[in-house]
Amino acid sequence: MSRLIRMDQTGHTTLAEWTVDDPVSAEAAVAAFRTELEQGYYALVSHGEGQAEQVRELPLDASVVILRRPIAGG
Amino acid sequence: MANVLPEVANVYWRPRVTDGSLRRVGRLWTLSSVAHALPFVAGAVALGLAAPIMLPFAALCLAHAWAIPELYAARGARSVKPRSASGAEPEQVALGLLGDLVDHVPRELYAQTGLMIERGRLGVWLLGEAGALLLRPGGRRVNCYCVKATGAGLPPSDRVAHLLLALRTDESGFATVANLAFSGARWRVRRRLTAPARKALDAAARLA
Repeated sequence: MSRLIRMDQTGHTTLAEWTVDDPVSAEAAVAAFRTELEQGYYALVSHGEGQAEQVRELPLDASVVILRRPIAGG
Repeated sequence: MANVLPEVANVYWRPRVTDGSLRRVGRLWTLSSVAHALPFVAGAVALGLAAPIMLPFAALCLAHAWAIPELYAARGARSVKPRSASGAEPEQVALGLLGDLVDHVPRELYAQTGLMIERGRLGVWLLGEAGALLLRPGGRRVNCYCVKATGAGLPPSDRVAHLLLALRTDESGFATVANLAFSGARWRVRRRLTAPARKALDAAARLA
């Protein structure tokens, strides 16, 4: 089961869960993903130390996709 | 470039940070510190030689020469202020996610110090809630950056996770977006850190 997670005030929120075998859940995840991107979130997949990949489309084969707020110099 | 941090577009006037540009910036900071301190040292010598009665003024000049770089270092050290104590549920949830992103050793160090360690191509990073330290290769020089996740109300560990993931996405972009507050000797920054942060800095220096 893959998960779409948004980092937010609650710690994090799971917005969608899907499997590639279930087109309905995948479609719902894609819709949730696009909504969050429109809200200004950035999506990425972490590949362990030193590596994360920025994604613009939901990678259905990823186990966890994380949505983050932008960063800025303080 | 495949993985460019989107936030870099917000600081389009800054050249992308590279290892070479960091070396140049480091030299400029050293030069600037010397330029600030040297007139006071010269003044102290001149006063000391002029007359013994001027020795207290010479000492004051030397104190100034010492204090100016110290003030800069203090500003740099403040970029990784201690984690706000929070046992609230959102923080516990955020801590769980952050823990899943890293191995055992960084997780342990974070629990003890509130700073997340991450090795990069530019050096070893220590990430706090609203800032980061970069130990350059060799561990003698530290760059202090002010950088944070936008948006109010995020739990402390969530803020660290934001920085960690942005850093992993594009290290050069991360260093470009962040504001450099200080670049200088590790010992100078270390003196200004809290005890837990000093422990994290020592661990990072061993890796750098």
